[in-house]
Amino acid sequence: MELKRVVVTGLGALTPIGNTIDEYWDALINGKSGAARVTHFDPEKFKTKFACEIKNFEVTDFIDRKLAKRMDKFSQYAMVASDEAIADSKLDLDAVNKLRVGVIWGAGIGGLETFQEEVLNFAAGDGTPRFNPFFIPKMIADIAPGNISIKYGFMGPNYTTVSACASSANSMIDALNTIRLGTCDVIITGGSEAAVTIAGMGGFNAMHAMSTRNDDPQTASRPFDANRDGFVLGEGAGAIILEEYEHAKARGAKIYAEVVGGGLSSDAYHMTAPHPDGIGVVAVMKNCLENAGLNPEDVDHINTHGTSTPLGDVAELKAISEVFGSHAKNININSTKSMTGHLLGAAGAIESIASILAMQHGIVPPTINHETVDENIDPELNLTLNKAQKRDIKVAMSNTFGFGGHNACVLFKKLD
Amino acid sequence: MSDIASRVKAIIVDKLGVDENEVVTEASFTNDLGADSLDTVELIMEFEKEFDIQIPDDQAENIATVGQAVSYIEGAK
Repeated sequence: MELKRVVVTGLGALTPIGNTIDEYWDALINGKSGAARVTHFDPEKFKTKFACEIKNFEVTDFIDRKLAKRMDKFSQYAMVASDEAIADSKLDLDAVNKLRVGVIWGAGIGGLETFQEEVLNFAAGDGTPRFNPFFIPKMIADIAPGNISIKYGFMGPNYTTVSACASSANSMIDALNTIRLGTCDVIITGGSEAAVTIAGMGGFNAMHAMSTRNDDPQTASRPFDANRDGFVLGEGAGAIILEEYEHAKARGAKIYAEVVGGGLSSDAYHMTAPHPDGIGVVAVMKNCLENAGLNPEDVDHINTHGTSTPLGDVAELKAISEVFGSHAKNININSTKSMTGHLLGAAGAIESIASILAMQHGIVPPTINHETVDENIDPELNLTLNKAQKRDIKVAMSNTFGFGGHNACVLFKKLD
Repeated sequence: MSDIASRVKAIIVDKLGVDENEVVTEASFTNDLGADSLDTVELIMEFEKEFDIQIPDDQAENIATVGQAVSYIEGAK
């Protein structure tokens, strides 16, 4: 059976540095940081007092008030980004066969704030359980695609993949394979997360995973810099419309790129620490290239996982050197987490969007906040430091790795 | 309008996102005000909280309109 070709025909983004695709791209190439003191709650007693929050966002500008109250923020973000992507795709919602349109979403956690508020409410009472009837349906990670299907009537496959920070790369790969196999014509994919809450910040702080650069939040996310001290928590959503190539061509859709391959692997090593030799990361990039039928020399750009943690950044670059050999120095490598922070389950989606836009515009967004060379990093690698670089990109790779040792990798190719 | 009735009305407007004018005595939560099964459970819980009363499930089943809610609460206070 011949596999179908899959293309990207719509994009949507709600990120800490821009609330639409255009705003997001503008901020990316201008090296804007989304970090600031936390406003969602009083962070005074927290080790980390800043995050990359969504800004200037009033949910009722997008979603009816009653519906919005039935959604955790991670669902609201998913809906807003998906609305933008669906509109961008110009899909004819009356003509499309909705039985063959699915929603495959990614979320690392789901409705953490809803869970936290309901449990706090219980704890503050006399022990009588008075949970809100919307507690469970608001919180569960699969409700975001459920809500999208209810709004649009899409009756194809509908679920959420959960693999921590690799979640939305997993969802894209599932969407890719579902269309490749001919099961669906169109899939709304991507991911969302809203973990800037007391439980989220407190939990990640306890792991010593987050930066504590409270005196200068905007420079805290500094992937590959010698003085990096952990990731910066972000929130938001990215939505990507994947479509079977002939289906897209037949309706004259704008095509951003072809999705040519997906790779998955596991470190099988530790709950949270990356394998020091990056064996799982080497494996995922190799099997992604193999899945796409491409050679290492074909790759022009890699948007790394690059979270700004001491161990992870070095392990990933070592793995890139191993997979790409002498070609590694020709690749424009970057980490847009330097600007957006780490959107956990939404990271794969918003970073894939950054790669797709980089390909479209011929510009690679920078890795900002680089000041001091890390001697453990090969100086020959082009990490696109501090300033965007012009680059004609034919093939772009996006890496994401999650706690649990999950690795996912996606390859995009300019349409011939 | 009684104090209880106006507080009930305010809860319904807030939770169901409906216009004040629609919240008339005979209006049914599900048929007229667009509530689904989860909304009606939430409304009952809000009434319990607002008026510091307990509404047992078998009683809650009989509260389907704005007027029924007001009478029940008036009787329970």
